[in-house]
Amino acid sequence: MSTRVYVPRDAAALALGADAVASLLSQSGDVEMVRTGSRGLFWLEPMVEVATPEGRIAYGPVTVADISGLLDAGTLSGGAHPLRLGRPEDLPFLAKQTRLTFARCGIVDPLSLDDYRAHGGLKGLARAREIGPAATIEVVTQSGLRGRGGAGFPTGIKWKSAADAAGERKYIVCNADEGDSGTYADRMLMEGDPFVLIEGMAIAGFAVGATKGYVYTRSEYPHAIATFNAALDIARREGVLAEGFDIEQRVGAGAYICGEETSLLDSLEGKRGQVRAKPPLPVHKGLFGAPTVINNLVSLASVPVILDKGAEFYRDIGMGRSRGTMPIQLAGNLKYAGLFECGFGITLGELVNDIGGGTRTGRPVRAVQVGGPLGAYFPPALFDTPFDYEAFAAKDGLIGHGGVVVFDDTVDMARQARFAMEFCAAESCGKCTPCRIGSVRGMEVIDRIVAGDKLEANLELLRDLCHTMKFGSLCALGGFIPYPVMSALEHWPEDFRTMRREAAE
Amino acid sequence: MATYEAWSEARGAEIIAAHADQQGATLPILHALQDMFGCVPAQAVPMIARALNLTRAEVHGIVSFYHDFRSEPPGRHVLRLCRAEACQSLGADAVAAHVRRRLGVDWHGTTADGAVTLEPVFCFGLCAVGPAAMLDGAPLARMDDAKLDTLLERAR
Ligand SMILES: Cc1cc2nc3c(=O)[nH]c(=O)nc-3n(C[C@H](O)[C@H](O)[C@H](O)COP(=O)(O)O)c2cc1C
Ligand code: SF4
Repeated sequence: MSTRVYVPRDAAALALGADAVASLLSQSGDVEMVRTGSRGLFWLEPMVEVATPEGRIAYGPVTVADISGLLDAGTLSGGAHPLRLGRPEDLPFLAKQTRLTFARCGIVDPLSLDDYRAHGGLKGLARAREIGPAATIEVVTQSGLRGRGGAGFPTGIKWKSAADAAGERKYIVCNADEGDSGTYADRMLMEGDPFVLIEGMAIAGFAVGATKGYVYTRSEYPHAIATFNAALDIARREGVLAEGFDIEQRVGAGAYICGEETSLLDSLEGKRGQVRAKPPLPVHKGLFGAPTVINNLVSLASVPVILDKGAEFYRDIGMGRSRGTMPIQLAGNLKYAGLFECGFGITLGELVNDIGGGTRTGRPVRAVQVGGPLGAYFPPALFDTPFDYEAFAAKDGLIGHGGVVVFDDTVDMARQARFAMEFCAAESCGKCTPCRIGSVRGMEVIDRIVAGDKLEANLELLRDLCHTMKFGSLCALGGFIPYPVMSALEHWPEDFRTMRREAAE
Repeated sequence: MATYEAWSEARGAEIIAAHADQQGATLPILHALQDMFGCVPAQAVPMIARALNLTRAEVHGIVSFYHDFRSEPPGRHVLRLCRAEACQSLGADAVAAHVRRRLGVDWHGTTADGAVTLEPVFCFGLCAVGPAAMLDGAPLARMDDAKLDTLLERAR
């Protein structure tokens, strides 16, 4: 009998050589190769798993050079080897998680609908069709699910507004633009469990009476794009999508602002991705003027398990007004960087030190940016902050899409602040002056501060500028860029005062 | 290594026609043109305008808004380096500086021999295995000067 061997095809695993490992293993005797997504333990990728009578046994990180040794050690039947990790579910990093949205990622063949069904897939959609659109929306509302794209708006309420809006055509748009550095949950799901997004969109379409769904995926994700299109073909062929609701994928073109929902809609319509003034809200007048639900990919992918297990099951996890689980993406300079899905409430310190194991470089942690380029930098002094929308907002931060980027003590925070301004200048849609011009001024002012030129006056100018951007910008690009800048200045003022030439003032 | 066709009006017209009927056709058309020709050739702009009932200025405005679209075909190889925060935390800035020095080009530049075009990217979603890069579409993890030197040595 042949041995079933699992090797990830996730882009991060590929970047670490998974293809070569898989092809060599395929040629090694009687192997049935299954390419999966990643379990998200990236320091162990490529992580190879073999099916044994005791369950799947993992080895990692496996390189091509390890393979003959692994085979000699009898690893195809789970044999001992220094790279043997045991059962993946028993690894502390996985054992501590509550995997709901990511329940199948890294386990199933992403393009096998049979696998998907065998692991609980399509039960949520079946349940929705059983209870009807109104009750489906009620379950989503009761679950407490809030948007995982950044703003944290209650998903059920958004769906209800779109369902109530009048319109012959309605759209479901999945925001898979995932522009925040430090985030990769959308990518992992598209590559590792694409059917869960299709199921989530099918439920959303059914609930609000939509006629078409669009997935807007960033062009930087070629593997996700290919896997998702392949999954769509299968879903259509196998009749997963109901009559009258099709899904189409569109590819972005490298503009960060197109992750902002109204800019994304303009981009889908074929225009420059410029932010629209609200109102009207997309639920009333969205894509091509029709009522539109636009949700982040993780929001949509969390709906099937909610429908399947019930609102209470989901709502019972979490803290405060942040209910359910969040797939937190540990990134940057961390020893154990990876996907950690757990209930809200875990502290930043637990994530960085206990789960993430501190820095990869072995140096002390100095700063942690949470929530992407618009998110604040947190010093270790704030590590007791629980992962929760309100708790982060209370510290002038945001959880955004759940990215946690760790920096060691070599980081120059004035440089990070300047980068925030530079990023804003490069990615501004150009609609408002504080964002378009203010960000360029911001770079110049930080340059002068770092050069020690009229230090106090320029620091004051920077604060003023941030204030103007915060309150005079139409969207959160210009409006939130002050957070990384001001947090850097507040917590690491010494980095801005390296060249004290106050005599010049 | 990607190979691109030289601009031909007939091929351009074919591509535009193949996508023009869908809703919001602009980006699909621009991507298809760039896949074929390695860039969005200036000659295609008036053709797109006609097909989509837009002005040339509007089409130009759209093309220039998006960072992805090139006005010239790239070199024989395209090296894209991530410049975003997660990769910065692992020294991406220094790696990028090394590559620019070695290739003798700045961002978006192509080496004099036409071998390599260097492009900045803000995030590949490889934030757990940075500094990340992509060479001719193949993702690369934990890049450093030496690894990139080896890759560039082979990219001719
Ligand atoms: C500058 C900017 C960039 C954004 N980028 C993204 C993104 O990449 N992905 C995303 O889902 N939401 C992004 N958002 C948030 C969206 O505007 C919107 O809130 C979200 O797609 C709604 O879905 P949700 O309710 O499911 O979170 C961005 C917002 C801003 C202001
Ligand atoms: S804040 Fe910036 S990105 Fe947002 S609408 Fe204004 S100019 Fe555009």
